[in-house]
Amino acid sequence: MSLNDLWFLLIAVLFTGFFFLEGFDFGVGMATGLVPRNDQQKRLMINTIGPFWDANEVWLITAAGAMFAAFPHWYATMFSGYYLVFVFILLGLILRGVSFEFRGKAEGKWWTGTWDACILMGSFLPPMLFGMAFAALVKGVPIQQNMDLKAGFSDVFNGYTVWIGLTVVGMCLMHGLTFISLRTIGEVRDRARVIASKFLPILGVLLAGMVVWTYFATDLFARRGPYMYAAVAVGIVAYVLSWYFLKQRREGWAFGMTGAIILLTFVSLFVGLFPRFMVSSINSAFDLTIYNASSSHYTLKAMTIVAATLLPFVLAYQAWSYFVFHKRLSEKDHLEY
Amino acid sequence: MDVLELARLQFATTTILHFVYVPISIGLSLLVAIMETMYVIKKNDLYKKMAQFWGTFLLINFAVGVVTGILQEFQFGMNWSDFSRFVGDVFGTPLAIEALLAFFLESTFIGLWVFGWERLSKAVHLTCMWLVSIGTMLSALWILAANSFMQRPVGYEIHNGRAEMKDFFALLTNEQLLWEFPHTLFAAIATGAFLVAGISAWKLMHKKNLDFFKPSFKVSIIVALISSMLIPMFGHGQAQYLVETQPMKMAASEGLWENSSDPAPWTVIAGIDPEKKENSFEFKVPYALSLLSYNKLSGAVLGMNELQAQYEKAYGPGNYIPPVRTTFWSFRIMIAAGCAMIVLALYGAYLTFRKKLEGSHRWFFRLMMLGISLPFIGNTAGWIMTEVGRQPWTVFGLLQTKDSVSPTVVAGEVLFSLISFTALYLILTGVLAFLFVRTARKGPDIEPHQETVIHDPFAQGGDTNVVK
Repeated sequence: MSLNDLWFLLIAVLFTGFFFLEGFDFGVGMATGLVPRNDQQKRLMINTIGPFWDANEVWLITAAGAMFAAFPHWYATMFSGYYLVFVFILLGLILRGVSFEFRGKAEGKWWTGTWDACILMGSFLPPMLFGMAFAALVKGVPIQQNMDLKAGFSDVFNGYTVWIGLTVVGMCLMHGLTFISLRTIGEVRDRARVIASKFLPILGVLLAGMVVWTYFATDLFARRGPYMYAAVAVGIVAYVLSWYFLKQRREGWAFGMTGAIILLTFVSLFVGLFPRFMVSSINSAFDLTIYNASSSHYTLKAMTIVAATLLPFVLAYQAWSYFVFHKRLSEKDHLEY
Repeated sequence: MDVLELARLQFATTTILHFVYVPISIGLSLLVAIMETMYVIKKNDLYKKMAQFWGTFLLINFAVGVVTGILQEFQFGMNWSDFSRFVGDVFGTPLAIEALLAFFLESTFIGLWVFGWERLSKAVHLTCMWLVSIGTMLSALWILAANSFMQRPVGYEIHNGRAEMKDFFALLTNEQLLWEFPHTLFAAIATGAFLVAGISAWKLMHKKNLDFFKPSFKVSIIVALISSMLIPMFGHGQAQYLVETQPMKMAASEGLWENSSDPAPWTVIAGIDPEKKENSFEFKVPYALSLLSYNKLSGAVLGMNELQAQYEKAYGPGNYIPPVRTTFWSFRIMIAAGCAMIVLALYGAYLTFRKKLEGSHRWFFRLMMLGISLPFIGNTAGWIMTEVGRQPWTVFGLLQTKDSVSPTVVAGEVLFSLISFTALYLILTGVLAFLFVRTARKGPDIEPHQETVIHDPFAQGGDTNVVK
C-alpha cells in the first residue's frame, strides 16, 4: 500500500468516524424537537451527548486538516468550489455548538426557545448539506483541467443530492433516537424507542431510494459491483436487525445496527470513489485522485509517522471517555446543561 | 469591493474575533488547573469552588472559541484556495497535527472534566483539566508554527510550482516560532489572569464574598504579574529578530521612511503621510531604536524607501510597503497596553501581599476592572501589526496576498459569508459578555449534587438499577 492509499484510507476513516459519532449527536439534536414532553426531558437528552459532541466534531476538523496536509488540491477544490454549502454548514455547526453551552446558562422562554431552535437547525443543516455535497461529488461536478471547481446551483442542488441529503439526515436521526434510548431511563427512553420504531419505515424508503438512485446516477455499482451488492445485502440485514432489537428493547444492539447502516453507507462511498476524491463531470481525466491531488512523498511520510504515534492515544482516551459515561441518565440526575 | 478585499476583510474580522476567545481559554484553563491543584493539595473546598466558578466562564468561552475555530480552518480552502494549493504541502501539516494532538485532547478532557466531578477520582479529574490546559497551549504552538512559516518560510523547496516540505523539524525550530510562541502564550495567560483579577476586583469593591474573591484575586494577580513581565521579554527578542528577517515590517512599525541615523532614535509618535512618504511631525527618544534593535547604543535601521528599492530588485516591480499607519499605531497601542498591564499587576500584587485588599481602594478596583480590556487591546493590536505588517505577502517572499485568493469564488458569495459570519460573531460576543456578567453577578454558589443512580444500558430491558 502506498502512502497515498494510506492517507485516502485515513481520511475515509475520519469522515466515516465523524458521521458515525457526530451522527448520533446530530440525531439527538434533531430529536429534541420530537421526543421530550417537557423541558427537563429535553435537558436530559442534551446531557446524554454533553461529554461527547465536542470531541465528535473534532473528527471533522481532523478530517479537514488531514485533507489540507495530505491532499491540498482536494481541500482547495472542494472548499472553494462548494463555497455557499460550507457557509451554511459552518453557520449550523457554530450555532449548534454554542447553543448546548448557552441554553442552560440563563432562563426565560425566549432564551431557551432561541437556543432550542438553533440546536434543531444546527443539527439538521450539516448532515443534510454534507450528504448533498458528497452526493454531488460522486455524481460529478464541473472540475476543470486546472482543478478549479465552480459548482453551479444545480450541481449541488438536484433531485439526487437532495434525496441523499435527506437520507443522511434520516440515518442520523435514527442513530440519535437509538442513542437516547440507550443512554436514558424512564419516559424519554420509551418515547425515543417508540418514535424510532415508527420512523424506521420512512428510513427504509429513504435507504432503498438511495441505493436505486445511486445505481443509476453514479458509476459506483459499475466500478465496484461485487462490493456494492454485498454492502446492500449487509445493510438490509442491519436494517431488519435494528427493527428486531428495538422491539426486544435491546437498545445497545439497536444502536449498533443504526451505526452499521451509517458505516456501510460511507465506507461504500469511499470504496466506490477510490482512487478518486471528486469526479469531474467535464472529463474523467480531470478527476481529482489520490495521485494528482496529493502532497509530496516527504510530507506524507512525516504525517504518517505523526499519525501512527498519536492515533493510538487519541482512540484510547476517547474510548475511555465513553466508558466513564456509559451509565444511563435519568431526569433525577444532576444535569449539567 | 472585489473578492480579494472582501476575503481579506473576512479573514481579519473572523481572526480578530476568534482571537478574543482563544486567549481566554488558554489563560482560564491554566488558572482553573492551578486552583484545582490547590484544592487537591490543600484539601480545602474553597479552591474547589474557585475551580468550579471560574470554570463556568471557561466553559462559556470554550464553546465559542471551538466553534469559531472551525471557520478558521475551513476558510483557507474557501477563500484562499490558491494559497492552500501553494503551501498546503507545508502549511497543512501543522494544522492537521493541531487537530490530532491538541483539539482531541482539549475536547475530550473538557467533557470529562465538566461531567466527571462525581465519576472520577480527584487526581484523575485534576489531570483532565491539566490536559485541557496543555491542549490549548499545544494548539497555540502548532497554529503559530504554521503562522511562523508565513512570516519566515523555512524547511521547504519550490517544486511543481508549489512549496514542498523538505525538513519537518525546521518548521518547529523556526526561530520566528521560538519568539512568537512564548510571546503569544504569555499574552494569552495574562488575558485569563486579568479577566479573573478584574471580576474579583469588582466583587471586592462591592465587598461581596470576600473569602472567595480575595484568594481568587491573589492567584490571578500572581499569574498576571509573571506573565505580563514575560510578554515584553519575548516581544523584545521578536522585534530584534524582525530587524533581521522582515526589516520592512520593522521600518513600517517605526514609521521610518529614510534610513535612520546611527545611533537610531525611537519615534514615540508621528504624523504619518503614506502618500508623500514622510512624517509631518515626530517625537523621538535618542538611542532607543538602536537599543531596541540591537541591544546596544549604536547601529542604524534601514528605512522603507531603501528597502522598497531592494525588494524591487529581488522580487520585481511592485509596492512592498505595508499599510504604514496601521502597522505603526498598532505597534504603539500594543506596547502601551502591555506597559499598563505591568503597572496594574505590580500594584495589585503589592496590595495583595501587604494585605491591603479591603480598605479604600475603590479607584484601584475600578482600574482593575478596566484592566480586563488591556490584554484584548494588546492581543488585537499585536496581531494586526504582525499580519498587516507582512503585506503584500501571505508567505513572505514567496506568495503575495493577491495571488492567494480563490479564483472561482465571486464577490457576492464572500460578501454574504462576510456579513453572516460577522453578524453571528458579534451576536456571540454579546451573548458571551452577557453571560459573563450574569455569572459574575450571581457569584459562586454550590448546589448539592444528588446521589447518582446507576443503570446498566446493555442489560435486556435495561431495568436492573443499581443504587450506589
